[in-house]
Amino acid sequence: MSAARRYPRSARIRAAGLALPLVAFVAVSFLAPLGAMLTEAIHQPLVADTLPETLALLESWNGEGVPDDAAFAAVARELAAADANRTAARIGSRVNRVASGMRSVIVAGARADPDEASAREALAEADPAWLEPETWFAIRTAGERFTIRNFLLALDLDRTPDGALVRQSEDRRIYVPLLLRTLLVSAAVTLLCFLLGYPIAHLIASAAPARSRWLLLLVLVPFWTSLLVRTSAWIVLLQTHGVLNGLLVALGLVSEDGRLALVYNMTGTLIAMTHVLLPFMVLPLVSVMKGVPRHTLRAAESLGATAGQAFFRIYWPLTLPGTAAGSLLVFILAIGYYITPALVGGSSGQLISNMIAFHMQTSLNWGLAAAIGGVLLVVVGALYFLYDRVAGAGSLRLG
Amino acid sequence: MRRFPNPRRMLYLGFCSLVFVFLVAPVLVIVPLSFNAEPYLTFTEGMLRLDPEAWSLRWYRELVTGGRWSAALVNSVVIGVAASVIATVLGTLAALGLSSPAMPARRFVTGLLISPMVIPVILAAAGMFFFYASLGLTQTHLGIILAHAALGTPFVVVTVTATLSGFDRNLVRAAQSLGAGPLRTFRRVQLPLIAPGVLSGALFAFAASFDEVVVVLFLGGLEQRTIPRQMWSGIREEINPTILAAATILIVFALLFLLVVEMLRRRPGAASS
Amino acid sequence: MTLPPSRRRYAGAALCSTLILAGCGGADPGAGSLTTVSWGGSYARAVDHAIYQPFEAETGVRIGREDYNGGLAQIRSQVETGSVSWDVVDLQAYDVLRGCEEGLLEVLPPDLASPGLDGTLAAEDFPPGTLTECGVAVVFYSTLYAYHPDRFPGEKPSTIGDFFDLERFPGRRGLRRTPEVNFEMALLADGVPPDQVYEVLDADGGVERAFAKLETIRDEVVWWEAGAQPPQMLADAEVVMTTAYNGRIFNAQVTENQPFVIVWDGQVFDWGQLGIPAGAPNLEAALDYVRFATSPEAMARISRYIAYSPVRRSAAPLVSTHLETGIEMAPHLPTTPENRAKAVLSDARWWSDNLEEMNERFSAWLAR
Repeated sequence: MSAARRYPRSARIRAAGLALPLVAFVAVSFLAPLGAMLTEAIHQPLVADTLPETLALLESWNGEGVPDDAAFAAVARELAAADANRTAARIGSRVNRVASGMRSVIVAGARADPDEASAREALAEADPAWLEPETWFAIRTAGERFTIRNFLLALDLDRTPDGALVRQSEDRRIYVPLLLRTLLVSAAVTLLCFLLGYPIAHLIASAAPARSRWLLLLVLVPFWTSLLVRTSAWIVLLQTHGVLNGLLVALGLVSEDGRLALVYNMTGTLIAMTHVLLPFMVLPLVSVMKGVPRHTLRAAESLGATAGQAFFRIYWPLTLPGTAAGSLLVFILAIGYYITPALVGGSSGQLISNMIAFHMQTSLNWGLAAAIGGVLLVVVGALYFLYDRVAGAGSLRLG
Repeated sequence: MRRFPNPRRMLYLGFCSLVFVFLVAPVLVIVPLSFNAEPYLTFTEGMLRLDPEAWSLRWYRELVTGGRWSAALVNSVVIGVAASVIATVLGTLAALGLSSPAMPARRFVTGLLISPMVIPVILAAAGMFFFYASLGLTQTHLGIILAHAALGTPFVVVTVTATLSGFDRNLVRAAQSLGAGPLRTFRRVQLPLIAPGVLSGALFAFAASFDEVVVVLFLGGLEQRTIPRQMWSGIREEINPTILAAATILIVFALLFLLVVEMLRRRPGAASS
Repeated sequence: MTLPPSRRRYAGAALCSTLILAGCGGADPGAGSLTTVSWGGSYARAVDHAIYQPFEAETGVRIGREDYNGGLAQIRSQVETGSVSWDVVDLQAYDVLRGCEEGLLEVLPPDLASPGLDGTLAAEDFPPGTLTECGVAVVFYSTLYAYHPDRFPGEKPSTIGDFFDLERFPGRRGLRRTPEVNFEMALLADGVPPDQVYEVLDADGGVERAFAKLETIRDEVVWWEAGAQPPQMLADAEVVMTTAYNGRIFNAQVTENQPFVIVWDGQVFDWGQLGIPAGAPNLEAALDYVRFATSPEAMARISRYIAYSPVRRSAAPLVSTHLETGIEMAPHLPTTPENRAKAVLSDARWWSDNLEEMNERFSAWLAR
């Protein structure tokens, strides 16, 4: 910003004016949706809209024992009305997300449809759970129009009736371990990309120009090939009766019965992701390595350094920015990977993005999906910020 | 040193060759398998014996005759072209602004404009599902075009900025001192020089849209099926060589794209990394 | 999300007009069209020949063919975001019950289904539970398991217990990625008699018992979602045995000459119903379609392409041969008495009430 200050106001306005249309477009078509996602995580109006009287009466309930008859009458009336316009089951689903088993309690209550005076007895008869304070607590919690509960769930936390934060019971802690697994897999993929990418980047950078160009093309071919094509290629190669296993059996390295399970598990995810992301490691490395003057290494060696010393004392530090940029980019892209794990990951090779997709498309717990997405967004945002500091987002090069 | 094959260097070259095989082989293996006469994804014995009976164009015929793929191709092209036009126009303008030394808050704005490339698509797609639904844009071509344009702009910004970084700003000053207005300067001086960058940016944006499936999964309906969406259901549901035939065609596309971009990059005067 | 529909349309239109672009609102099909949703693969092909094509020929309505893998999620998401594009969906019975209760499906006119061939009222021509408020059944099918005989040169699996027996029958197994059917099979394999499966599931510890049984093979399970996957997984030897819809295995046997063997023991018997999502864009055509597709002739035609039985009593005598191969269909149908003998009848009520919670527990179990 300070650098721009030196230029006349009109030039600054013109430059900003050129960027403005895209900034506006990205804000509306990309950033606003991200905002909408975060809103979805905290805004849950359904229960608040359909059970207003019940929730108002529950405000004065101290959480001990069961609320008074007025609350029973209100909930019976409002649930019956919801049943009539077929939203009772949806309310049940929402309350069920607070405490499992509540769906059937709510639906039974909605079907009871008693008269005012006998509401308590009728609901208790429909399902004895109506006499438990937990049921009412669940309704009150599900009735919060704005809630951070989804974020708590995304972090495997929950709140007890008295407001204390507790960790979920062990068998329900799935999102934090999954996030950790995602980070671990991303780190492994980054490491693999580095181990495979650094040597070939060096080869490309140090080869004669014509040869270098050809070798670079070999990196760019998969880079340009559709992700789905590459993913189906890996299925073809890795499946039990696929090309690779066939080759191993033909070579006698693996017995017919001992064919390796290379796909539809974590192995498949790792292999395919490394393949997909390798060019993102190689390209920044090549551009940094090309900038290392050839004679520095020769100078070092002529001064008596061994090849190893020359590499570790001179070449490695000089290429570190490329390593950092490539690694961060690969790591960031890996964390958000969805398609590859979904297609080749089986059930053990799924990552956090797949869980978001699951809650978006299958369980339809959009609030939770959005909250997990929010957590992922924070992680990726922090890494992107770091990347911008290290490499500068504007320094990205595409081949 | 070169004359005596140094074992360490041989090892190094051997390792590099294996990595190159790892990069390219999966793509290449698909091509012959797409001519399999049987509905399997492995090389049959007949194929290995080069028995002509074992090879056929059966899956390509299925691709052409099974209406879904051709409809998907039309969708992919329409969406890809529209999205890349939007992305290219907006992205080129923004790159011109960003590469001006007078650009205020350049670092922040660049970071913002590149973010669609870095932020996981699944998050964008989920958000778009909520936001675009409230605008009635789900299950429309327009919704997907806008989404793909947003995802494609970083590619244009990056490539055009790269071209502009080698651009001599004195040319602009010279043109202006000779009396050319800003628009004229742009059209007659800047545009011809950055045209290769703009074109490869456009190709990148098109390719990004042409390969995108997550947004289509979340926003698209039956009428917005694209090629990758069709491949997605193919892989998940009924993986047979039709997928490989489609994949082979996409590989040919990719090679063509790559060659065009390489030619643009190597055009004399086109400065880029 | 919270905009009223009118404002939503306005906002969409405003965006469309500002960015004058072709293809705007391309999802809105014209008057003479209909989007129907089926299960993909050989079943969708059977429906295409038996119903879609004759319906298009008779009415001139153009049918857009969509596939899905079951569940109410897509319908609910369309209804809740006000962007319903599906007109008729081939649903599992419990999804019809649940969708009806949640207002996700249109309530169908009581006289929608045509009378039986012999003139009986539709209500009597359809067996109990197959003609409901929001759905009309078309076919009976079974989910069962099948294996590839080459993988078991010695002893062959023959009971549902064998499916869970990794020692005698090692190798990976395919299971549908849903609690439904898997719970039933797990309990049957654990020794629960077919008629007590849902009692056990309702009792304390019943669900845990099913999970415990599934846990014993969990590491060897490859999960499938689309009905077309299991035969493919068997053919590619990705699994040695897998649960599947019986018709898919039949089609792989007769049209692709696959040597797969069906094990009828421990099967779960169910029916598919047609339902109409609430707010379907082409309601009139959708109703016509449901009436057409649930006529005795139409449902009997399906059994000429795939081994599913017509639901209506008066359609049963119309079952003949497989059109392409001339094979007599009766021995391959799930309704044939010897096949049906050991079947568990899927309890639509139980699943309708419990699926959501079971799905949640199932996905948590899978993610562990």
